[in-house]
Amino acid sequence: MCCQDPLSPCTRLFYRYRDLAPQLVPLDYSDKPDVMLPYELISSMPELKDNPFRQRIAEVFSEDGEGNMTLDDFLDMFSVLSEMAPRDLKAYYAFKIYDFNNDDYICKSDLEKTVNKLTRHELTPEEVSLVCEKVIEEADLDNDGKLSLEDFQHMIVRAPDFLRAAAATVKGYCH
Amino acid sequence: MAMEVEEGSAAESEENDKTEENKTDGDDEGDQKPDPVHRVPRKRPQRIRVGLESDSDEEVGKSRKNRANQKSKEEGGEDGEDEEKGGKKGRGKNDKKNDKKGKKEKANKKKKDKKKSGSGSDSDSEEEPITEEELAKLKEEVEEKKKLIATLRNKPWKMKKKLAVLKEAQLFVEKFEGALGKGKGKKFYAYKVMMMKKWLKFQRDFENFKTACIPWEFKIKEIESHFGSSVASYFIFLRWMYGVNMILFGLSFGLVMIPEALMGKPYGTLPRKTVPRAEEANAMNFATLWDFSGFAQYSVLFYGYYDNKRTIGWLKFRMPLSYFLVGVGTIGYSFMVVIRTMAKNAHDDGGGDDTSFNFSWKMFTSWDYLIGNPETADNKFASITTSFKEAIVEEQESRKEENIHLTRFLRVLANFFAFCTLAGSGYLIYFVVRRSQQFALEGMDNLGWWERNEVNMVMSLLGMFCPTLFDVISSLENYHPRIALRWQLGRIFALFLGNLYTFIIALMDDINLKLEEEKIVRYNMTIWEASLYNGTIPENATAPPIQVDPADVPRGPCWETMVGQEFVRLTVSDTVTTYITILIGDFLRAVFVRFFNYCWCWDLEYGFPSYSEFDISGNVLGLIFNQGMIWMGSFYAPCLPAINIFRLHTSMYLQCWAVMCCNVPQERVFKASRSNNFYMAMLLFILFLSTLPVVYTVVSIPPSFDCGPFSGKTRMYEVIGETLEHDFPSWFAKVFGYASNPGLILPFILLMVLGIYYLNATSKSYKEANLELKKKLQMQAEENKKRNKQKAQKTNEMEENPLDPDPPQPKPKKEETSSANQANGEAQKTTNPPQQQGPAPNGRYPSQGRGENLAPPPRVAVTRPPAPRGPDMPGHASGVPRGQPRMPMGPPR
Repeated sequence: MCCQDPLSPCTRLFYRYRDLAPQLVPLDYSDKPDVMLPYELISSMPELKDNPFRQRIAEVFSEDGEGNMTLDDFLDMFSVLSEMAPRDLKAYYAFKIYDFNNDDYICKSDLEKTVNKLTRHELTPEEVSLVCEKVIEEADLDNDGKLSLEDFQHMIVRAPDFLRAAAATVKGYCH
Repeated sequence: MAMEVEEGSAAESEENDKTEENKTDGDDEGDQKPDPVHRVPRKRPQRIRVGLESDSDEEVGKSRKNRANQKSKEEGGEDGEDEEKGGKKGRGKNDKKNDKKGKKEKANKKKKDKKKSGSGSDSDSEEEPITEEELAKLKEEVEEKKKLIATLRNKPWKMKKKLAVLKEAQLFVEKFEGALGKGKGKKFYAYKVMMMKKWLKFQRDFENFKTACIPWEFKIKEIESHFGSSVASYFIFLRWMYGVNMILFGLSFGLVMIPEALMGKPYGTLPRKTVPRAEEANAMNFATLWDFSGFAQYSVLFYGYYDNKRTIGWLKFRMPLSYFLVGVGTIGYSFMVVIRTMAKNAHDDGGGDDTSFNFSWKMFTSWDYLIGNPETADNKFASITTSFKEAIVEEQESRKEENIHLTRFLRVLANFFAFCTLAGSGYLIYFVVRRSQQFALEGMDNLGWWERNEVNMVMSLLGMFCPTLFDVISSLENYHPRIALRWQLGRIFALFLGNLYTFIIALMDDINLKLEEEKIVRYNMTIWEASLYNGTIPENATAPPIQVDPADVPRGPCWETMVGQEFVRLTVSDTVTTYITILIGDFLRAVFVRFFNYCWCWDLEYGFPSYSEFDISGNVLGLIFNQGMIWMGSFYAPCLPAINIFRLHTSMYLQCWAVMCCNVPQERVFKASRSNNFYMAMLLFILFLSTLPVVYTVVSIPPSFDCGPFSGKTRMYEVIGETLEHDFPSWFAKVFGYASNPGLILPFILLMVLGIYYLNATSKSYKEANLELKKKLQMQAEENKKRNKQKAQKTNEMEENPLDPDPPQPKPKKEETSSANQANGEAQKTTNPPQQQGPAPNGRYPSQGRGENLAPPPRVAVTRPPAPRGPDMPGHASGVPRGQPRMPMGPPR
């Protein structure tokens, strides 16, 4: 609905999308060009460029799973990352972001990847595995040695600053 | 209506096109779908997907033909079930419609074509007469659609779908709201959303503003991210101290120094406000000023300068009273603020944060998605690493298995050693002080350098070596580093108390000497005055000797100013020593290690000198004792808080810089609470100790006769009585007199003690109740976990049932859980090979982007019934596995 107004965040986002590659994205979208921005361009956005999970974020939201984004994917990403997005939605996408191997579970290797991304490989392997074990021990409700979406949501909604942390500076939202 | 929607920005029109395209796609998919879909009504993801895309068309068509009534019954039934998750009503509808889909597919297609061609047919439907029931039905549907619009954002669909659904719902609402006579909903909703956004933004900005207002927050955060919360706790303490000193400075500066400087008599009018003739020559030398004598001594900076007139200036400012009250207020405020902070911290700590998901939260929520600048990101990485390290240390500590007897023995031994060290140094100090007193009695002239500086030397030697010794001792104890730091702090604190003791003893001796001197001066003074009168105006004794320059008047030693000077000098020299230590001990060492490492025979950086760690205990104690000096001295030197402000301010910057550039983090970074009550407790103790001498001097030593605001009185506190007498009505003085009667005060004190006892007892019982509750909560959480485990196990077993005809065999749980998915997949493979097109073997769609995975994936894998599922049914809603009893019979054909 917000898309009807030329000043709406949706339009703004479109211009941001276009600014990433003005030579690729046409101003006029009425003949639905099949435009896709490569991951390199997406990840260079100020919102993402310092984020350790930028590649995952782009992958999760892109249709081809490689981080190349159409305008739709782009709008989608910002809609979820905006602070207006509800908690459950954020949790759902956060789960997908942390699920590196796309198997619908956060398993130990996913956790290890997460820790290494967060700490830039500063922890020793023993420390990393200790941390991962602790996480699974804490959050795994059904004791299957990995975190399902349910486990993840159960844990994350209790986090005191989850919403704040997940609210990106993205000013726009749209659907 | 359609036109309206299509007008808009470029982006928008694009969306429209996509929507159209999408619709056709959806229908095609729908056509391909095998019939069994509507036989099994509990399938989610795929159905929703198709339903979403097709339901739009259907909806329009349905409404157009007013077919809604037919469905009403079904809808009621199904909606009830589907609403279990709340706010997913749209989904429920979709399910329902989808069931009908198979039948209506053809009709839908036709209708879609019609709709695309134009909205002409819409209008004639509106003209049809609408019955009451239909109206109600419509209303309901409109409401439903509205709800869908409102909750659309919560749905993890992709943009295309959302747009399609949204557009459809909007169209519907717009159309029929008009028919129902209300169309304001959308605008109001948009307005609400906008206001909501504005409000959120404002809140965020306000938060940012508040954080920006906290001084040095960023610096401290930066340090915390690299050095851990223990080092940061020192800087937070320093900042807190700065705040307290600001208030003290405000009091002494605003109510004492400024009024005296502005309204009091100017320099040179009174003997106490003039540099004596003998000192005049070098009163402005830098060395003299640096020593706070000369002009500095005869200025508002010190006690002696203040006039003892009851009121000064045109404001009739009660200078002596103000001076006294500021002194009392400084101490009172300090007590209050320390105790209040302690209580607040205890409250914060006692509240306790839920640590059941400590590591998980650290892992999944610690990254701040608002970070958009590389430097901040670096800090954040460092801080996350540090916090992980801290948490790991805690974890390792709690896991550590140790020989309890050996540890106890070692700890007792360590405490014994520490006690011996303390007792030894205590005796040494006592001995040295007594010796120096003896020397002072005998006279200083015939003593060597060592005898003169014995006390100072012994003190600094002790201060140098004992902390190291304590460090060695504490390695025996094998405590958690946080506890070890506390012990270290406590021991050095006890050692420093000796320092304080010697200082106060020396000061008291000095004061006594000065008092003796004062007596002599006073005697001489009368003689001098007499001679003055005799010499100049022999007859008329009442007229004052105007000719005498104030600088020439002989004066007493003014012990108060002397005490103030001592404290100021001490503070300044302490500051300078600290800074020099930082520069040499940290900076030069770091430079040396860094650059000589290229040409040295061993590794300097990791070998012997290495970089220094930040000495938390030393710095905290330095700060605390310095503050003690301020409290003791500020009564006699009103400038002391100002000097301290300067010191704290500079040391904040200097130490921050030194830490960031020359220190390395501790080997074991440990977690310390941001508000450290242990520091506060020590501070409170020091405050108490430093109040004692001040109160003693105020109450029991007569003030100097010729300097300071209280000159001429026998005791300083008499200024209160004087004020009561002169400035208050007589009844007030009477009341005050009665109230200060011991007969009233003693019961009052008793009452207060009883009150404290009562509050203490209640707070203790609350604490216990709190602990109990916490324990209960923990137990419950554990129980839940166990129950979940059992549940999972059970479902696992049930799942395996259809595989083998035998009753479930008890299997080791681990194997089950690990193989659950596989078994599941295999079950599907073996039981219904022809239905393989949909989900991948493990019940999951092949990940081709997120398009396929958009609907929430199966919640708990193991609750999934294995066999009887269609190809387009990847998962099962969590909760009651309704179809399970029938499972063993195999898939319905």
